[in-house]
Amino acid sequence: MDNFIVGVVVFPGSNCDRDVSWALEGCLDIRTKYLWHESSDLSDVDAIVLPGGFSYGDYLRCGAIARFSPLINALDEFVKSGKRVLGICNGFQILTESGFLPGALTANKDLNFICDDVELDIVSSKGGWFNNGGEKQTIKLPIAHGEGRYHCDSDTLKKLVDNELIALRYKNNPNGSSFDIAGITNEKGNVLGLMPHPERACEETIGGTDGLFTLKSLILK
Amino acid sequence: MDQFAVKVFVRLRPSVLDPAGEATKSASIKLGAEGIKSLRIGKMIEVKIEGNAENEVREKIDLLCDRLFANTVIEDYEYSLEKL
Repeated sequence: MDNFIVGVVVFPGSNCDRDVSWALEGCLDIRTKYLWHESSDLSDVDAIVLPGGFSYGDYLRCGAIARFSPLINALDEFVKSGKRVLGICNGFQILTESGFLPGALTANKDLNFICDDVELDIVSSKGGWFNNGGEKQTIKLPIAHGEGRYHCDSDTLKKLVDNELIALRYKNNPNGSSFDIAGITNEKGNVLGLMPHPERACEETIGGTDGLFTLKSLILK
Repeated sequence: MDQFAVKVFVRLRPSVLDPAGEATKSASIKLGAEGIKSLRIGKMIEVKIEGNAENEVREKIDLLCDRLFANTVIEDYEYSLEKL
């Protein structure tokens, strides 16, 4: 992994950037580099993680302001080149706000901030982000969000289903998401957005290792 | 150059569940208000903006509403514009 570098984006208000970096470096021996949101130079990173948190204090809507940062502007070319982008929680919200992924994330149906472990069904193999080739079709990951209810119109949902873009579905939908959606990919499969936190499930001592596969997938070509 | 006062109203689309509106409706009923059939919460954004002509200002506000103030996947918007 010596030459492969994952860029971990830091917005004002990001708070899972260090967790992601620790999981990648400490658990998977993958090098990381923090990318300040005002940087638009992505030339020396091979994949990017948009971590969880509250970018710009979630002002206006979650992810709405972050969308206009120089880094997100530069992301279009990065994604088109086929390189991998993983948006976790607030990162997922940013990816929908900026149009890299369809739909939107809005307030949980019961208005609670939910912090829990959830069971998830792996639905699609698109992009190779999840281990669904073998026996493991269900994983357990932590969630921690107040605005994680995935919403899209029926045409978009049909497109997601028909093109196998739904990556993860909640077994027991905690937040009212359409079609129990917890994570989706773009059509090419190189962009994944998900509300659960794989970086918080990378060591047995903190409750599980089901997040390792997804983070390790960042190095896939 | 003229100055315009713009009031933008952003609302969740009717098809999108508004849990905050539902919670406020429930509290309104507990307060004793009768007859509330529906309660939904939106945002109002006030902008003061300079421009040479109303059309030019409307173009800018349309862009702001469409790209920033509202997420049109889940929200609708409308605005009123007044020349100061």
